[in-house]
Amino acid sequence: MRKAWWKILCVLLLVYAVVGGLLIKIPNLPVLGETIRNVFYHVGMWSAMFVLFTCSMVHSIRYLSKNNLKNDIAANQYASVGIVFGLLGYATGAVWASYTWADPNNPAFDSFSAVAREPKLIGTAVALLIYFAYFILRSSIQDIDQKARISAVYNIFAFAMLFPTIMVVPRLLPSLHPGQEGNPALNFKDSSPAMRMIQYPAFIGWALLGVWIATLKIRFNYVKERNFIK
Amino acid sequence: MGATIFVLFLAIQEPEKEIWNGLFWVIQLFICINAVAKSFMQESRARMLYFYTISSPSHFIVAKLLFNSLLMLLMTLISLVLFFAFIGNPVQKMLPFIGLSLLGGFSLSMVFTFLAAIAAKARQNAAIMAVLGFPLIVPQLMLLMKLSAAAFTSQQGFEWSDVLLLIALDFLVGLLSVILFPFLWRD
Repeated sequence: MRKAWWKILCVLLLVYAVVGGLLIKIPNLPVLGETIRNVFYHVGMWSAMFVLFTCSMVHSIRYLSKNNLKNDIAANQYASVGIVFGLLGYATGAVWASYTWADPNNPAFDSFSAVAREPKLIGTAVALLIYFAYFILRSSIQDIDQKARISAVYNIFAFAMLFPTIMVVPRLLPSLHPGQEGNPALNFKDSSPAMRMIQYPAFIGWALLGVWIATLKIRFNYVKERNFIK
Repeated sequence: MGATIFVLFLAIQEPEKEIWNGLFWVIQLFICINAVAKSFMQESRARMLYFYTISSPSHFIVAKLLFNSLLMLLMTLISLVLFFAFIGNPVQKMLPFIGLSLLGGFSLSMVFTFLAAIAAKARQNAAIMAVLGFPLIVPQLMLLMKLSAAAFTSQQGFEWSDVLLLIALDFLVGLLSVILFPFLWRD
């Protein structure tokens, strides 16, 4: 029970985020209107994805230094849950965009390719493709130890090279997505004080939920692979 | 490479500058995949064992990186000459564009050298290398295309911060290769 405090915290934070997020008074901005409540859920998905991919990379580093297959299983599962959260982030973003960007009077958005050119969408697509490539690489190697080592090397290389670029490159290109000059939604001036009261707990809650799901999958896989791991 | 550019020459004549730019970088990407992928594929197991006995892994990867980047710089120059000869020359700022394409070729070769080392271990070389490399190279290609678009007009200046970012990325790739290659090398 002592170790379960963060799971309780996660549930509490998410209940708070869902209830509070739907009830609080928000600044009713033009275009955005009430859809701004989506910030608690849409950005929360990305925070969870980012935390999960970072966990995956940390476990890859630990695998290379300790050669324990447990770390490899963890890295693999964190990455797969991270992909799920990335797809959910796309889904919530698409719902949001359909209310704010899909303006029938704006000819810039009458085709799919015009919206898909958005640098932030490309950046995330690239991040997801990296982890799909990670799974393809894993499935193409037979030997367990070799699979673990090579995919750990790829994971570290890809993370260390890609995420800095994702943080920087979209900011250099023109974009419709809010948050051009900093971390979207984490900026101080982007949200009202009341929203910030919900926002940060919500982001932490979603990240904790992601880690929780991943740890369940990791423990399941420890049991499944118990003949191979120490 | 010559054949591809010749096919392009047959298919289109005097393309718009955006198309020229896009085609140029796509062809650079394919040249790089083909040229660099060979560097680890053609080494047989026995020869790798021989290298294993005579050098340390970090020396080996640095040598590979240097060789491949020189190869790619040469290839870039050749493809530039062929592009100018066959497909026309919409470039307004000649020297900056040449410098930029050399820098781009260098960046591509650095990334793909390390990926070729990974793919060589997975025993299914060219295909898996393209799969692994594509997502990693997209941000750099976006930067390169944006930068080189400035070379086609006379008004817009170059943004040096972007060039510095590319150089910093190359450093990062080199550093990571030297750190991570010893783990791949052990078999």
